[in-house]
Amino acid sequence: MIRSAEALQTLSSGWFLEHAWLIPIVPAIGFFIIILFGKKLPMKGSEIGLLSMFSSLVLAGGAAMQWIDRVNSGGKEQFIAPVVRTWNWWQVGGMKFTIGQSIDGLAVIVLVVVAFISTLVQLYSTEYLKGDRRYTHFFAALTLFSAGMLAMVVADDTILFLLGWEIMGLCSFMLIGHWWEDGANSRAALKAFFTVRTGDMGLLVGVAMLYFASNDWTTEHLGVSGFSIRGISAWALSGEPNSTVILVAAVALFIAAIGKSGQFPLHTWLPDAMAGPTPVSSLLHSSTMVVAGVFLVARLYPVFFTGFDILGTGGNFITVIGGITIVIAAALAFVQNDIKKVLAYSTVSQLGYMMLGLGAGAWLPAVFHIFTHAFFKACLFLGAGSISHSASHHSFDMKKDMGGLRKVMPITFTTWVISTLALCGVFPFSGFFSKDEIIDNVGHNGYQLFMIIGLIGAFMTAAYMTRATYLTFFGEARGASAGEHHDEHHDAHAPAHDDHDSHDAHDAHATDHADHGPHESGWRITLPLVLLAVLALSSGLLNATPFGEKWERIKTWVEPRAEVVMETAPGGPGHSNVLSIPAAAEEGHHDSPCGSETPEEGVCYAPQLQHAPFKWSKAMLSLGIVFLGIALSWLFSTLLYTRKDKRLVGLTERNGVLRAGYNLLINKYYLDALYENVIVKAIAGPIAAAAYWFNQNVLDGILHAVARVSRVFSGWVYRNIDQRVVDGTVNNSGKATKGAGGVLAPVQSGKVSQYGALLFSAAAVAALVLVIINS
Amino acid sequence: MLVNQFLFLAALLFCIGVYGVVARKNAVLVLMSIELILNAVNLNFVAFALHNGNADGHTFALYIIAIAAAEVGVGLGLVLLIFRNRRTISLDDLSEMKG
Repeated sequence: MIRSAEALQTLSSGWFLEHAWLIPIVPAIGFFIIILFGKKLPMKGSEIGLLSMFSSLVLAGGAAMQWIDRVNSGGKEQFIAPVVRTWNWWQVGGMKFTIGQSIDGLAVIVLVVVAFISTLVQLYSTEYLKGDRRYTHFFAALTLFSAGMLAMVVADDTILFLLGWEIMGLCSFMLIGHWWEDGANSRAALKAFFTVRTGDMGLLVGVAMLYFASNDWTTEHLGVSGFSIRGISAWALSGEPNSTVILVAAVALFIAAIGKSGQFPLHTWLPDAMAGPTPVSSLLHSSTMVVAGVFLVARLYPVFFTGFDILGTGGNFITVIGGITIVIAAALAFVQNDIKKVLAYSTVSQLGYMMLGLGAGAWLPAVFHIFTHAFFKACLFLGAGSISHSASHHSFDMKKDMGGLRKVMPITFTTWVISTLALCGVFPFSGFFSKDEIIDNVGHNGYQLFMIIGLIGAFMTAAYMTRATYLTFFGEARGASAGEHHDEHHDAHAPAHDDHDSHDAHDAHATDHADHGPHESGWRITLPLVLLAVLALSSGLLNATPFGEKWERIKTWVEPRAEVVMETAPGGPGHSNVLSIPAAAEEGHHDSPCGSETPEEGVCYAPQLQHAPFKWSKAMLSLGIVFLGIALSWLFSTLLYTRKDKRLVGLTERNGVLRAGYNLLINKYYLDALYENVIVKAIAGPIAAAAYWFNQNVLDGILHAVARVSRVFSGWVYRNIDQRVVDGTVNNSGKATKGAGGVLAPVQSGKVSQYGALLFSAAAVAALVLVIINS
Repeated sequence: MLVNQFLFLAALLFCIGVYGVVARKNAVLVLMSIELILNAVNLNFVAFALHNGNADGHTFALYIIAIAAAEVGVGLGLVLLIFRNRRTISLDDLSEMKG
């Protein structure tokens, strides 16, 4: 059966899908308005940020609705063509590069998440950063940050992708270093920037390699350049590419993902990025920036699929990195006292799950985990911000300044617990449906070892989140949350709050304690928390595999169907991609040649992946592990932190093995020491010394020899030519020069701008002369 | 081909850049103005390349972009050092070359 032209044309589209490129454009324009006019606006620019993000959300929502219609208008196994619109970016000679949008299920789901979380974070920031010194700049950077992520998501080509990627890198630097007066903050911003840059090299190399490797094929078969993501995907699955080339390209791209998504060993920047304001951490860790790396892998999945031969092996580069990241980050989360750092390591660990899923062929569960993780992690971060804003006096230290907050902050507490349960993967909450699917599918695809690592990670996640919850909300109140104020925390964590002095003065008078004790935050903070918590609770139901196929909505909407599509290059007969042959099997298990063998004719845009059949027995196992983690950690926390059990207190000091482990974790596996002391010093030390030696001995040696020769020679010249011939001339001309110099001396004012003006006016006169001569 | 429009824009950019170099006291702003001048030149190159239909102008423009990046790197390094030594980056205070 050949799917007729009409059948393909009936795929519905709509205004929102056709104009999805507006989604990143609107906040980008918002950024310029804020940065240029923000300070003059009544709400200092925050209203523009909020408005532009909300418009993006509306546009993204409309696009999502129309995409669902489009999917429903096509056949069940039919490849749903993305909505593509391109513009010429650069055309010269025979080369033509286009930039544009390509909207498919993956783009739509990430667009909605990013726009939604960005809107909530902006709303939250209007309260959280009230009175901040650089309030306007903060909103400008936040808006541009979201614009970068959205541009990356809609991109049809690696050029726009790279642009969005770099915009995010820049904005993360500005936002992490928002309070740069504190040296630690600007160091953290620099560290984040440089670490991510290290990975970014990989993206440049990968993009360039893919272009040169695939350009001929894509031009011939699809009429697009080697920068087109669709073209690269089809090329990677065509059986054409050289396996070494595609492997190296995949490794290079994955290195970029390691840097951006904070995977081992470049994860060290993420916890330090906590130096930024909490809304930034929330946005950075839930839906933008760190998700970019995962998105890169999901977007160019065919490259990784072919390059690493994902279904053919039991372990590859991606799964190894993902697996290591899950465990080491979760272990680090146990020794942190800063509530935001616990969440940071938890993010690193969850990103490890996404990578593991992608590496093991569980594409859909990994993408679904991006979706659910965004909601509950944003909620957790905003919850931590709410605590520090209203209860613990800008401190994030769980052991010193928190505890017993569940009674004074009921909304924050409830939303926190819901999100924690979602993160741990407890049954009806969203995390269960995504994380358990990843673990299940990883095992199903033959990566048994990594399934076990995933289960260990789930246990650790449950345990460290229970510890953090216990320290924050249970037990007796300590430090600031008990009403004490320590001044050092003011300065350490919110140096740029302008209202600070008045705060301190207020405290000194001690007239109004009710205002400063722990209390619930205002509606602009709690509303985002409640919305996110509702989604953390319910968003899993959008792809609830346990309840049968009818519930797998995200799978229907997002997963690209692996159908062989006949494409004709533009200009050929038919003039568009209207011919399509369906996959081999008509019924039963859908089985397409995509990915497993080379299609004879036509192209594939997505590899054929399998889904593990859901079994309650496996789910029960992982749920049991999670509950065990929660129970053990609860017991341990009660004994250690509240009862001060003699057997546990100070255990790490008494037991040598535990002490060694504790030191290893406290020092973050000494990776920071490795980077800063060994690598940086190696470059700054020996290489600089070698250059100095070369300079001193080799270059100077040559110089000295030349100098000696020329001294002998010049002595002779001096005696014979200089004294007799030249001097006579010079003495006379010297007299003339002295006269002229006296006249011109004022011109040498030493002011650079005057020199510049002289230079330019001389050039202008010369140009004028040229024009007159030539005409 | 609308070469004229490109040239007018380039000329405008160039003049703004020259004004910045001559009139501004802040060294960083002067560096930025130099960037404007370079990019005005770039625009001319690209406009003529488009007009003549060959890639030489594009290549030139790419070279200029790369060199401009290096120039800014060196320039900002100088500004940083000047600031460390004198706590100012006002160009009027740097008149050691007065004859």
